[in-house]
Amino acid sequence: MAIGINTLGLYQQGSSVLHRVSAWAKLIGLVVLGAASIWLQSRWWLVLAVLGLVVVGYLVAGFPVGLMFKQLRPMIWLLVFIAVMNWWSFDWQRGIAVPGMIATLVAAAGLVTLTTPMSALIDVVVRAVGPLRRFGVDPERVGLTLMLGIRCVPVVAGLASEVREAQIARTATHSFRAFAVPLLVRALRDADAIGDALVARGFDD
Amino acid sequence: MVHIEVDHVGHRYGQGALARQVLDGVSADLTESRIGVIGHNGSGKSTFVRMLNALLIPSQGVIKVNGLDTASEAKKVRRLAGFLFTDPDTQIIMPTVAEDVAFGLRKSGLSKPEIAARVDELLERFGLSGHREHPAHLLSGGQKQLLALASVLITSPQLIIMDEPTTLLDLRNARMIGQVIGELSQTVVLATHHLHLLDDFDRVLVFDSGRLVADGTPTEAIAHYRRLMEV
Ligand SMILES: Nc1ncnc2c1ncn2[C@@H]1O[C@H](COP(=O)(O)OP(=O)(O)OP(=O)(O)O)[C@@H](O)[C@H]1O
Ligand SMILES: [Mg+2]
Repeated sequence: MAIGINTLGLYQQGSSVLHRVSAWAKLIGLVVLGAASIWLQSRWWLVLAVLGLVVVGYLVAGFPVGLMFKQLRPMIWLLVFIAVMNWWSFDWQRGIAVPGMIATLVAAAGLVTLTTPMSALIDVVVRAVGPLRRFGVDPERVGLTLMLGIRCVPVVAGLASEVREAQIARTATHSFRAFAVPLLVRALRDADAIGDALVARGFDD
Repeated sequence: MVHIEVDHVGHRYGQGALARQVLDGVSADLTESRIGVIGHNGSGKSTFVRMLNALLIPSQGVIKVNGLDTASEAKKVRRLAGFLFTDPDTQIIMPTVAEDVAFGLRKSGLSKPEIAARVDELLERFGLSGHREHPAHLLSGGQKQLLALASVLITSPQLIIMDEPTTLLDLRNARMIGQVIGELSQTVVLATHHLHLLDDFDRVLVFDSGRLVADGTPTEAIAHYRRLMEV
């Protein structure tokens, strides 16, 4: 029942330059950054410079830097793990560059979703995929799938912390199975309910 | 006017040894504009109302809405009938209030200004105009249910089916939603445990263990339901 849409990474109204730039430009920027990341990663200081630019982006958009860390928090342990692995198997430069690049991409993606209404993002995707229609791709469906993907990340994260709290309240233990089973059951049940709602609202094909 | 024909309908969940008959031999011809559905937990209310919107196809019998068989013309039935769920959080799909209301018209072919005008009209009607650009999840429970209802109404259905729309709300919000339901011009089928919502209804169906055991005015039906509890 508490499957709320989290504030995490979802559009926040504003009038900054970043809010006004077209959704196309922002998505293309993201794609370019993603492509360039392979090259950027080879110089740790470049990665840090780009990360710095993203921080500036948050400030320009009128968000506190804390909001950026909020986007990264769910993956902080993953980043630490990647950092340690890279440092240990290569050198400290890679230990900074590789997780730094991932963090930069996630933070930049977060910045785009924070400054762009979801419907605008879907419209871009639907249009971009449009030419594939002749190969039997349904653009609306691609856009919808993407949107559901974005919508479900915070939902599952929210569920996870709720199940965790319920588990600790009841048993004061940290067994993985006692965590995973109710999480899975609830995620599936909610997915089912969202599926029903989509069908009921006319998106049944 | 909406005409719902329920003809010897039964439903079975699961298969083989796990199969369970949860609805059996239900028949009714519904033409009233306010129809209530009551019964104990597990009596089959949700199963029944979900069938009216073709979310579920009966394993026995036939349901027709305005002559459309839910089994073969599910899409047309759903265009005619909207569905309001218990938990608005699972029903709200888009992040902001206005986007969510507009969602149902994405494939309607209407222009953006036309869609915006209809969205504004509905938000105005439900006192949500001030929340146009707000994240939907920040609304109160009652407002979320109003939003969910607005999102259903945007496609102009003739029939609105509701499965316990007030169960998660406090008394004040439940009453407010009840009032809004009363003012709808559409045909309403409402499954609920909040019996007072049915005071002005035309007809109430009582389910017990998957069977339709009473069918009449709210007073008759509720009296029957109360007697069920005594035995
Ligand atoms: N998807 C399903 N698979 C198997 N059994 C189900 C499923 N959905 C419901 N049931 C069973 O069917 C029976 C009727 O359920 P239904 O949800 O229609 O009852 P209800 O009257 O809506 O109850 P409540 O007041 O608790 O909402 C119950 O015994 C339930 O356990
Ligand atoms: Mg039910």
